[in-house]
Amino acid sequence: MSDSSLRLVWVYPDLLSTYGDQGNALVVERRARQRRLNVSRIDVRSDQPIPTSGDIYLIGGGEDRPQRLAAERLRRDGGLNRAVANGAIVFSVCAGYQILGHEFVNDLGRPEAGLGLLDVVSVRGDGERCVGDVLADIDPRLGLPPLTGFENHQGITHVGPSARPLATVRYGKGNGTGDGTEGAYNDTVFGTYMHGPVMARNPQIADLLLKLALDVNALPPVDDQWYEALRTERIAAAGQPA
Amino acid sequence: MAGNSEPLTPRAKLAVTAGKAAAAVSRAAGRGSGSVIGGRVALRVDPDLLARLAGHLDVVLVSATNGKTTTTRLLAEALRANGPVVSNALGANMPAGITSALAGGADARYGVIEVDEKYLAGVARDVAPKAIALLNLSRDQLDRAAETRMLAEHWREGLSGTDAIVIANADDPLITWAASSCPTVVWVAAGQEWKDDAWSCPSCGGVLQRPSDDWFCGDCGFRRPTPTWALSGDHVIDPYGAAWPIRLQLPGRANKSNAAVSAAAAAAFGVEPKVALERMYAVQAVAGRYDVVTYLERELRLLLAKNPAGWLETFSLIDGPPTPVILSVNARGADGTDTSWLWDVDYTRLAGHPIYVIGDRKLDLAVRLEVAGLDFRVCADVDEAVRSAPPGRIETIANYTAFQDLRRRVGN
Repeated sequence: MSDSSLRLVWVYPDLLSTYGDQGNALVVERRARQRRLNVSRIDVRSDQPIPTSGDIYLIGGGEDRPQRLAAERLRRDGGLNRAVANGAIVFSVCAGYQILGHEFVNDLGRPEAGLGLLDVVSVRGDGERCVGDVLADIDPRLGLPPLTGFENHQGITHVGPSARPLATVRYGKGNGTGDGTEGAYNDTVFGTYMHGPVMARNPQIADLLLKLALDVNALPPVDDQWYEALRTERIAAAGQPA
Repeated sequence: MAGNSEPLTPRAKLAVTAGKAAAAVSRAAGRGSGSVIGGRVALRVDPDLLARLAGHLDVVLVSATNGKTTTTRLLAEALRANGPVVSNALGANMPAGITSALAGGADARYGVIEVDEKYLAGVARDVAPKAIALLNLSRDQLDRAAETRMLAEHWREGLSGTDAIVIANADDPLITWAASSCPTVVWVAAGQEWKDDAWSCPSCGGVLQRPSDDWFCGDCGFRRPTPTWALSGDHVIDPYGAAWPIRLQLPGRANKSNAAVSAAAAAAFGVEPKVALERMYAVQAVAGRYDVVTYLERELRLLLAKNPAGWLETFSLIDGPPTPVILSVNARGADGTDTSWLWDVDYTRLAGHPIYVIGDRKLDLAVRLEVAGLDFRVCADVDEAVRSAPPGRIETIANYTAFQDLRRRVGN
């Protein structure tokens, strides 16, 4: 970790903050402060350079054209790739998840290069849009309880050999590949289709990012009663008709 | 052309009769006002009915993400200065509901029609309006609605050849983008608090610069047009620079903005701003919104907020702390089934208010408020919330079906 404070970078809120995913930044920030950590949150607009000295980078979902613009600007900027090379943690959602991969299909229907930070490739599904509550089991290596979230995407994401699926769905579509996978991750880079926002419904993921950034195995406990109540309700609701 | 009631064709007459019969059956079955089913039956009998029914009217359409029902009411009241008005005042704003409302307006001179955003271009084609008022566009029900910019694009294409005078909010870049393809636009500086759907240029995708009230794209030069009308505090400034006081029974900046656009639209029909604005005072609660009711011996003000922009405007009109606030959120079909939008609402604005949380999705709201660092209490229902609240009028803010539940519960 650089300096004495944790630097949380919220990437391109002007383009990729359409589906409430800024909640992820709010939850990570809140839970860091509850552990008495010094946190500075840096919101970086797409006409500003991405700082390379952040500890945790968060990227949200967005609409199709802003997704293409974000990919173009992130490629040109190069800062996020440099930050990851320095060991930064990145957590991405939906459109942001696709951008971190090798390639996705843009709003013009053409393949668009991603940042290659995660070994995934996304294409556009020709079936119905995946919309609804999701329940999934997170890769046991991560030692986390079940994943709950809300998905809303047309994309299908294939996970390559140097990334691992983040979870296996019990209800919902996830990566949409038909093999039950949802999301992907490697050592420091994570991607998911889960909105909700995902950290609000899975605060253990926020804690995982904090632990990775701080290089610690445990964090002091915080009061999770409302998160737990929400999780119980949403896990029970998954698979039920809306 | 107004008041010239060309007789309806036999087919159109049959359609209206069939529609009324279906509506009566629906009412008798206890399924609401029956206006939507009536319109649907009538349109099936005569698909051109909407155009026919509007033929003798001077029509103005009103569309937006927020404020369209209220603006429709304000504008209808203003135009009544010049003659009888028919309007879908109850907010049934898709073609069937509009058809049903117009079917009751054989003697009207003006049609003031609220239109759902998705149907605006089509309705504008059918009814050949004299004017179209466009207020704002922002994120709303993204699990089932079109993307916000796509909607603006759809309007832009659908309205590009319109003969209507378009009255448009110059402070909303998406509205400006949608309206700027129209031949005749009256720009109104009507303000907009919510900015988070227009940081990116709707034309070229560049980053919009937004110094104070202005906005422009540094890349392509798309910029805020010079308005001829403006909302300035409690006044509407007309194209001659005269300031007319706004006096409304409805609270808040957003309603002043709605009044400013309504005054500009009324002027297109020859109603003076002074007359238009004075008449708007008559509008009280709109479909129960802003109504103050007594329940369990307490006063509750009922406020509807359906999306982040709406919540933001609502926070700016409620009484300050320590006024108690009840928040209610559902996520049924009509609300959008995704609650992620709660995280785009800045709930820290409620700091200092005692907060009570109810509704189907109270736990989503509880986590949201916890992360915002606020004190709150989760209650089983509105009764418990009202009984728990400290003295004083209670501000009650609810999203769409939560608002309907609340009205039913408190007997409004």
